[in-house]
Amino acid sequence: MNKTTNIMIVGVGGQGTLLASKTLGKLLVSEGYDVKVSEVHGMSQRGGSVVTYVRFGEKVYSPIIDKGGADFIVSFEKLEAARWLEYLKPDGQLITNLQETDPMPVITGAMQYPENLIEKMEATGAKVDAIDALSLAEEAGTSKAVNLVLMGRLSKYFDISEDAWMKAIESSVPSKFLELNKKAFQLGRA
Amino acid sequence: MKELMLGNAAVARGLYEAGCEVVSSYPGTPSTEITEEVAKYDEIYSEWAPNEKVAVEVAFGASVAGKRSFAAMKHVGLNVAADPVFTMSYTGVTGGLVIAVADDAAMHSSQNEQDSRHYAKAAKIPMLEPSDSAEALAFTKLAYELSEKYDTPVFLKMCTRVSHSQSVVETGERVVPETSAYEKNIQKYVMLPANARGRHPKVEQRTLDLIQWAETADINRVEMGDTSLGIITASTSYQYAKEVFGDKASVLKLGMAWPLPVEKIKDFASEVDRLVVLEELDPFIEEHCKSIGVEVEGKNIFSLLGEFSQNLVAEKLGQPITEGKKLDEVIPMRPPAMCPGCPHRGLFYALKENNCNVMGDIGCYTLGAAAPLSSMDACLCMGASVSGLHGFNKALGAEGEKKTVGVIGDSTFMHSGMTGLANIAYNQSNSTLIILDNSITGMTGHQQNPTTGLNIKGEPAGKIDLEALCKAMGINRVAVVDPYDLSACDKAVKEELAAEEPSVIISRRPCVLLKSVKTQPALKVNTDKCIGCQSCMSIGCPSISFKGGMAVIDHTTCVGCGVCQQLCPVDAIER
Repeated sequence: MNKTTNIMIVGVGGQGTLLASKTLGKLLVSEGYDVKVSEVHGMSQRGGSVVTYVRFGEKVYSPIIDKGGADFIVSFEKLEAARWLEYLKPDGQLITNLQETDPMPVITGAMQYPENLIEKMEATGAKVDAIDALSLAEEAGTSKAVNLVLMGRLSKYFDISEDAWMKAIESSVPSKFLELNKKAFQLGRA
Repeated sequence: MKELMLGNAAVARGLYEAGCEVVSSYPGTPSTEITEEVAKYDEIYSEWAPNEKVAVEVAFGASVAGKRSFAAMKHVGLNVAADPVFTMSYTGVTGGLVIAVADDAAMHSSQNEQDSRHYAKAAKIPMLEPSDSAEALAFTKLAYELSEKYDTPVFLKMCTRVSHSQSVVETGERVVPETSAYEKNIQKYVMLPANARGRHPKVEQRTLDLIQWAETADINRVEMGDTSLGIITASTSYQYAKEVFGDKASVLKLGMAWPLPVEKIKDFASEVDRLVVLEELDPFIEEHCKSIGVEVEGKNIFSLLGEFSQNLVAEKLGQPITEGKKLDEVIPMRPPAMCPGCPHRGLFYALKENNCNVMGDIGCYTLGAAAPLSSMDACLCMGASVSGLHGFNKALGAEGEKKTVGVIGDSTFMHSGMTGLANIAYNQSNSTLIILDNSITGMTGHQQNPTTGLNIKGEPAGKIDLEALCKAMGINRVAVVDPYDLSACDKAVKEELAAEEPSVIISRRPCVLLKSVKTQPALKVNTDKCIGCQSCMSIGCPSISFKGGMAVIDHTTCVGCGVCQQLCPVDAIER
């Protein structure tokens, strides 16, 4: 069976996960891979838990990733990293934003936001790369650039030129916000 | 040119290349982007219709006029369009006519997970079923060839994982077929009983002809591998089968869901030791196989519910699966919620405070059913809030009328709420209907509708005046409120429930996610003033949380709508 690399992008609806997967998809096609990206639209986008699958390799069949199948999980929010951890391969890499966004059961007081999630995830043996992407995005100029900070961090794990990443960003991001997004990417990659 | 394309965008590209000239649709997840992408091609006339029945009838008219036409909808939209569809099967077409229907197994954004393939069989209309974006493009073009060759509408059956997955496609040029001048054909198109009786035999013969086509068509493809296991499959299930087995099993991949071949299936069955049908939802292919005397396994192994995946296929067919490490921790669920600044929130707060029974409808506001607003008693289908409200009130009389409302969005009201309101006005229930006018079709991602004054391309268009419409339909009491004003909402709800005649409240404020809406800076909690009473949290705004005994507002998501300020007893929430 051919080797396929599996990346999951998870977060909270409205955080910009779709732009991240769009950028990643364009990059990987330009690198000559067969690529499938599976997204979620509609109701789940309204502040719910969202997941996008990106798969690439010589030939990709399924558009989705199963439990234990992800080489990388990029999480836009800490609780979402914990929720989807089960999808990580035993030797997979988790990249997570440290940002906390309370879900409705926590807001209504029915549940608590779990504590020490990074430590607990590391205790399972998972490789965790935690990053304060919100602060870096705000340093770049807007809290909305969290997605590009995280793409920047993900880029460190791939042998793909920074130039190719920049081209993919240029073709996905409106020109008005291009410089800001490039800066966010570089802060994440640093 | 090779590019990564969403399945829905690939259908739009197929329409462009096939020379389609008229497209009419109503948005519905997961079908919406087909028509949004079509609107980017200036060569194609496209529009948002008020509902799917209208959309299909528009496509019918364009086909009668000789042009290639199209309508897209979600699975439940096809229920709305079923009336014209079943008889269009009889009339057939002049210009090719294709109807895309997108199923939503697992109900990512739907109220049921019906299997649309039954419609193809019931209406005797051929149905093509792509399994990725490249096939979505190719099958769309093929659908027009079949439509014109066999004089039939053709279904293109999508599903969430084909519609909303991007994969690589190769694009081509647009070719518009030559058409001749319009000629009347009364026997073909006027479905009086005498003419329809003449058409029905043609429909039955057409199905027989299409079965012959299905026997040799290359979209019904045999991929021989190891013959110990044979899998008959289609759509996204094909991808899971190939992912798991590669060439370690033989596959009959069916690109046409209806009509299904007979000899091709029998031949394939004779080549393999074990035969399994792999299909999501209902045993549609399986029942066909059994009806032609081919013994298969299928729903004895696989579920009737939800979506499949490679792990599920592997596990059920005795292959090893990957497993991950679950965190030993209770992870709070994160259900979707109304956005910060959502104009529906204030109105729903008034319904909660007045302890209303709420007949709900389809849209973002269905989220009003969730805690802490918890203000919805029923939600069935597009428009059912209005008619259901009338029925509820007729059943309970004043007991219902004095505390029950219907809630429906502007777009849903245009879709199929008007007829229910006509019934309220005509048969006089003392009902209170609330139209949640956020000036857009929200849940599906901002499509224009007849009340917004803009067309699919964002250009000025006809605009229906909701107040005038309700009054013209015989509703004398029509009130308009701003849902950001909690006391105004409360007053309107109380007054209209008390009124001794039918009434409509229009709760009007544009969706906060619209680019044209200017939001305010985030609000802050003054920690010297906050007494930790959590009154502000009763509206369920995702931007407000409770930490260290005080309310905290997330400055990255708050849009400063000010609804929470109206609930604070000590004015601790400040600009």
